[in-house]
Amino acid sequence: MSEGHNEPSYLWAKRGITSWLVTLDHKRIGIMYLVLVMAFFLLGGIFSLLLRLELMAPGATLMGADTYNKFFTYHGAIMVFMFIIPVIPAALGNFFLPLLIGAKDVAFPRLNLASYYIFVIGALLAVWAILFGGADTGWTFYTPYSIKTGTNVPMVALAVFVMGFSSILTGLNFIVTVHKLRCPGMTIYRMPLFVWAIYATAIIQVLATPVIGATVLLLFMERLLHIGIFDPALGGDPVLFQHFFWFYSHPAVYIMILPGMGIISEVIPVFSRKHIFGYKAIAYSSLAIAGISFLVWGHHMFVSSQSDLANMLFSWLTMFVAVPTAIKVFNWTATMYKGSISLKSPMLYAVWFLFLFTIGGLTGLFLAALSVDVHLHDTYFVVAHFHYVMMGGTVMGLLAGFHYWWPKMTGRMFNEKQAQVAAWLIFIGFNVTFLTQFVLGYYGMPRRYYDYAGEYAMGNLISTVGTWFLLAGFGLMLFYFLRSLRHGAKAPSNPWGGQTLEWTIASPPTEHNFHETPTVHSLPYEYGVPS
Amino acid sequence: MIALSLPNASTFASKVDGLFDFILWTSIVSFLIIVVAKVWFLWRYRRSQVDEKKTTYLEGHAPTEISVAVILTVWVMVIFAWGWKDYKYLRAAPRDSMQVNILGVQWKWYMQYKDGRKLTNELVVPKGKPVQLIMTSDDVLHSFYVPAFRVKQDVLPKTYTSLWFEATETGDYPIFCAEYCGLSHSGMIGKVRVLEPAAYEAWLLNAVALGDVVPKTLAEQGADIVKAQGCIACHSSDGAPMIGPSWKGIFGTTEKLSDGSEAVVDENYIRESLMEPNAKVVQGFAPVMMTYKGRISEEEVNAVIEYIRSLK
Repeated sequence: MSEGHNEPSYLWAKRGITSWLVTLDHKRIGIMYLVLVMAFFLLGGIFSLLLRLELMAPGATLMGADTYNKFFTYHGAIMVFMFIIPVIPAALGNFFLPLLIGAKDVAFPRLNLASYYIFVIGALLAVWAILFGGADTGWTFYTPYSIKTGTNVPMVALAVFVMGFSSILTGLNFIVTVHKLRCPGMTIYRMPLFVWAIYATAIIQVLATPVIGATVLLLFMERLLHIGIFDPALGGDPVLFQHFFWFYSHPAVYIMILPGMGIISEVIPVFSRKHIFGYKAIAYSSLAIAGISFLVWGHHMFVSSQSDLANMLFSWLTMFVAVPTAIKVFNWTATMYKGSISLKSPMLYAVWFLFLFTIGGLTGLFLAALSVDVHLHDTYFVVAHFHYVMMGGTVMGLLAGFHYWWPKMTGRMFNEKQAQVAAWLIFIGFNVTFLTQFVLGYYGMPRRYYDYAGEYAMGNLISTVGTWFLLAGFGLMLFYFLRSLRHGAKAPSNPWGGQTLEWTIASPPTEHNFHETPTVHSLPYEYGVPS
Repeated sequence: MIALSLPNASTFASKVDGLFDFILWTSIVSFLIIVVAKVWFLWRYRRSQVDEKKTTYLEGHAPTEISVAVILTVWVMVIFAWGWKDYKYLRAAPRDSMQVNILGVQWKWYMQYKDGRKLTNELVVPKGKPVQLIMTSDDVLHSFYVPAFRVKQDVLPKTYTSLWFEATETGDYPIFCAEYCGLSHSGMIGKVRVLEPAAYEAWLLNAVALGDVVPKTLAEQGADIVKAQGCIACHSSDGAPMIGPSWKGIFGTTEKLSDGSEAVVDENYIRESLMEPNAKVVQGFAPVMMTYKGRISEEEVNAVIEYIRSLK
């Protein structure tokens, strides 16, 4: 333990706001990302609450159609590009990847800071676009509408282009870090599973993101220079846009979920006091998911006029992604078998993840089946599916990670009772909001609808009420986390009994993490008595 | 309070519902297995019942993992095969389908019948007969969706897409636009009216009986257009090749092109020949046709195609 050395924590090692703005410390960079990205989560969340207020009743409730169309565009674009893609890798990954492998920092600390500022610039461009001109295309910017509409599509395209570089450079940094900076004794099969997850994610970030960069650049050029690539009036092909867009955006959803799964792989063994079940299967499945993710983008385009052959291949390939995913769910559940389980808040969120992500994954099967997808495509069934995997999956994983690692990052414990209450509010609110949407979609309600037929009124009302529980839960969470910074009990090095390297140092850590480079001798899941 | 309802009103609907139910029930069973196991473990192995230092050390069990993977793979392959089989049914419109042209524009649907009549936001069809929709857009992407039939297909500008269905129940069924298309996307609603065959025949005759000027059939409208636009200066309808190929009997055949490749003379080929006439020139003819881009409307294109189709 390094507590005896009386060194200040990374929070106080250097003082003043400038020391933060020019920091090269991965932990400070992680915190700066965390604050910015969670602010965008709040903003994206506000838009979703307003959308659902409008949808509470048929007809105009509090806004006109144009505002509604802009708001669902902002909700989607902010949540996807400014929250869920960066959050776990850039916030928690930055903070914990070096700690988990016994390193002082990431491979390229300056590049890391550059990634942050590139993200900030991209985010500012996005905010500019929202304030000046707006965007009403949906987060998918399909052509020709995105070419013809008078809203500020070029600025949004530019914002996405810039933010993409942040993702690519973070991915690059992490890949090199994992290869080069592992401490002595940490073979790849002794890496914590969160590291495998971040690594697989980084591969996708580096390979896929350039494609969205090219896509938005071409869209920008189409609008300004009329190059005629996507605009059918100029001989272009709107379906080509969809191929380009989804070639990135499908792997992107695995950028979103893999890190969340990595957190679950850390939390369940600790809170069950049991070795993870099937370490190699979980590690390899992360790589398998990353690989298969590049082969299935056309399942977003089954009714786009894409050929029958392409539809058949994409449906077939999509089915395969279910297998490594289900192996993980099986292994996490099996880890709990004969364990000694504590349902403290990190574990409670892991349990929510298992429940909600499984529903999300299973509903993907409906959408992957060609004939059924013809009916369900572009309905609320799809909206419910992706909220179950992205919010019920990634966000629950994120929340498990926050609660698990908050003591380490801040040196404070939060109020566990309030955390339990918030967790239940979020779980109930989430299901009320989104389970209803599966029903609405099955009965034919299309998505991105400002108004709807009378028979959908009850379902929409119920769904909106669910969002108020979510608001209450997240509000309570913000309250107890902020309060803990001042009034929380001082956190010990290892409040949860974890075995990964971050728990061997003080909470919060000193600036350079480890007093001496650690050496590892085994996997960090050595709980229990061999039988 | 109006109740949700999803009629089963087409031959395709039963197929979709069959697979949907299969996926639903097998998923519910899998889900319950996972949840029951999880809840049981949370209860049976809670910290107060099991000493945290005395849990069982278990790294994994490969045979179980492999079995789970194999069972899952078989299950998802069944779902894939079933979905694909029914999808192929959906993509193969019967030869004797009654065709209607659909034009999607911001924010309404136009239905253009062969007999020349044009409806707005209403598609009247007979029960028990296959109907094929030949669809295009005048502006942005739309998507033609009839939940009661479980059918949907995107509608694109500058090209044709198609979908077919056979209605099995009379009644009125909503048509929704299912691809975001701007301000009034959610207002782009139509209705399919399915009538008994006898009632449908009566409806067809009704417009004539109203005593107004008999509208020309779509093919007749096309004949007028090819005269007015000067197409007949280069194309004949009796088989004799002129500056351009004759249209007689040409629809549906495969033509050899000047670059050696082949093309089927279908709706999209005729459309492309009107807009980009020198992209695919039939072998033996010179690339001298002028373009009609911007000179004729989508409905006129539909009429020209219908006329050419009628020249057997």
